[in-house]
Amino acid sequence: MPAINMATALNQALGQMMNTEPRLVILGEDVGQNGGVFRVTAGLWETYGAERVMDTPLAESAIVGSAIGMAIGGLRPVAEIQFMGFLYPALNQIFSHLGRLGQRSRGKFRVPLVVRIPYGGGIRAPEQHADSAEAPLVHTAGIKVVVPSTPYDAKGLLVAAIEDPDPVIFLEPIRLYRLGRAEVPADLYRVRIGPARLARTGSDVSLISWGAMTHLALQTAEAMAGDGVSVEVVDLRSLKPMDEAMIAESVRKTGRAVVVHEAPRTAGLGGEVVSVIQEHAFWWLKAPIRRVAAYDVPYPPYAWEDVYLPTPSRVMRAIRQVLQD
Amino acid sequence: MAEEWPLYRVIGDGANHPDRVEAEVAKRIYAQMVLLRTFDEKTITLQRQGRVGTFPPSIGQEAAEIGSAAALSKDDWMAPSYRDHGALFMHGVPFHHVVLFAMGKGSSIDGEAFVLPSSIPISSHLPHAVGLAMACRRLGEERVAIAYFGDGGTSEGDFHEALNFAGVFKAPVIFFCQNNGWAISVPVSRQTATPTLVQKSQAYGVHGVRVDGNDALACYQVVAEARERALGDGGPTMIEALTYRIGPHTTADDPTRYRPPESLAPWTGDNDPLVRLAQYLVQRGVMTVEEPPAIWAEARQRVNRAVEEALNSPPVRKEAMFDSVYAEVPDALAAQMEDLAEEEAPDARN
Repeated sequence: MPAINMATALNQALGQMMNTEPRLVILGEDVGQNGGVFRVTAGLWETYGAERVMDTPLAESAIVGSAIGMAIGGLRPVAEIQFMGFLYPALNQIFSHLGRLGQRSRGKFRVPLVVRIPYGGGIRAPEQHADSAEAPLVHTAGIKVVVPSTPYDAKGLLVAAIEDPDPVIFLEPIRLYRLGRAEVPADLYRVRIGPARLARTGSDVSLISWGAMTHLALQTAEAMAGDGVSVEVVDLRSLKPMDEAMIAESVRKTGRAVVVHEAPRTAGLGGEVVSVIQEHAFWWLKAPIRRVAAYDVPYPPYAWEDVYLPTPSRVMRAIRQVLQD
Repeated sequence: MAEEWPLYRVIGDGANHPDRVEAEVAKRIYAQMVLLRTFDEKTITLQRQGRVGTFPPSIGQEAAEIGSAAALSKDDWMAPSYRDHGALFMHGVPFHHVVLFAMGKGSSIDGEAFVLPSSIPISSHLPHAVGLAMACRRLGEERVAIAYFGDGGTSEGDFHEALNFAGVFKAPVIFFCQNNGWAISVPVSRQTATPTLVQKSQAYGVHGVRVDGNDALACYQVVAEARERALGDGGPTMIEALTYRIGPHTTADDPTRYRPPESLAPWTGDNDPLVRLAQYLVQRGVMTVEEPPAIWAEARQRVNRAVEEALNSPPVRKEAMFDSVYAEVPDALAAQMEDLAEEEAPDARN
């Protein structure tokens, strides 16, 4: 199997699905001739033409809103939002319609729409590009939210998302697009939406994370292995639905948990994970659960980026604390 | 600017377009308008009796509602707002569903009609109509999409984004704006500084038409023409239908707080859209003077039957709110359904 990065894996998934699914259309800003600002749609406009790979006006609400109409009308649209910081004009469509139309039509309509969103920070982009707004999305009924952290999951989850009968928000950690290569099957395959991935087994503490933070978690786990600390890493990869069983199983085994996310701490999704642990693994806990998250300040200009986002040393401190508590 | 957008009119003084509506169609439009008026009056009564919830009547707007929808093909997609039950049942939605919707028991839609659930956040459904229209063209279908909205809707970002998209993609879509003078308590003069709403279409390369919204036949013809334009690859059309909201915004609203009763005068009496159409059809020899009373009587019967059907519908299953959220219920949601099943509480409100 060839080793490819996440951007290439996503591009493969889109290209192969365009080839097998004639109803599939792609729309967004700069997704056509330019191939997307992160080149995830590179080459598709040349192969499939402007009717199926549509450069749109700069109007995020209409991108998601028209894609909702296309999905109900019989197409399989994949909409791209250029950066998560540009998502907010489309939130009315996501909150008011995307997850509601199935129930509001009493099942007459399904909305098989994928909204791809470059997600998170860490690449020195201007500070309104780099948000991690998964919490309000996960809080929204009727949709699914996934975020891969490996090229393999990126391709398999995107194929599954395109084939899903319901709306899927597909978050792509921008820091991981070109961070390392991994072997990815050349053929189409699916990674089921829902199950988490046990990224590393360990026995002393469970690190629960998603997206780019999974790499941070694995780095930290590796570093602490040298100190004799055995860290387990659970990569959620599907935020909604969330694999509560794997979270519970891991924490019941280790008795200690640290949740890491790059969104701000307060009302972040980490709070939800802590609740899951409390409900399903409370009697196995040996120490209070800790969260490592971005600080509750607006995403700062990138000179501060490295200290705003969770760092290996903050994760290590949290792990040492739960081991001492 | 208003002079550049003359009112398209078929009926009465100032008629500037020939009547091209077949006699049978015109009579059907009249009967459906009577049905809508009857339905609205009945539902207001039911609301006052506490038997249905908040309801937005469309009294005064029957010509715009029914005339426009009558020009559609059954296969066309409709994206309605909350005040468009007239267009809904003209387009094939069984109208006891409108009562069920007002009772909080179900969707405003059912059956085979190509209609989206009534959109409540203002103008947020306009992009859906654009996408539906783009899908029709991509799939090679001979269909258009139409979105219904009001004067207040032209102030929303989604209105502008949708028209702009439709213009750029030349989508076969019709934007049907009923300018009924009021967005709850705010007059149209506070929505825009422009003398018309339709002129906004020019900014987006969208064809614009201003029509007498109380002239049912004119409403029919402008939609029929917009439909032909869309199917002939002539792109989208925005229609501004000038009409008036005779009643309150909803049954929860008291219009005497913000407008004098005499403001209704130019829109009622001989200018009532039902009166105008009846007089015209009699004058044209399409209908006799004896027919309207029979049409009204039949409408009352039909409305009473539909209301009975809705009021006698069984209580909802409490779990049904979970049923169609996803194609397949995820485990975590299934657990919540089980939790609900444990509840001793009676089934949801009848």
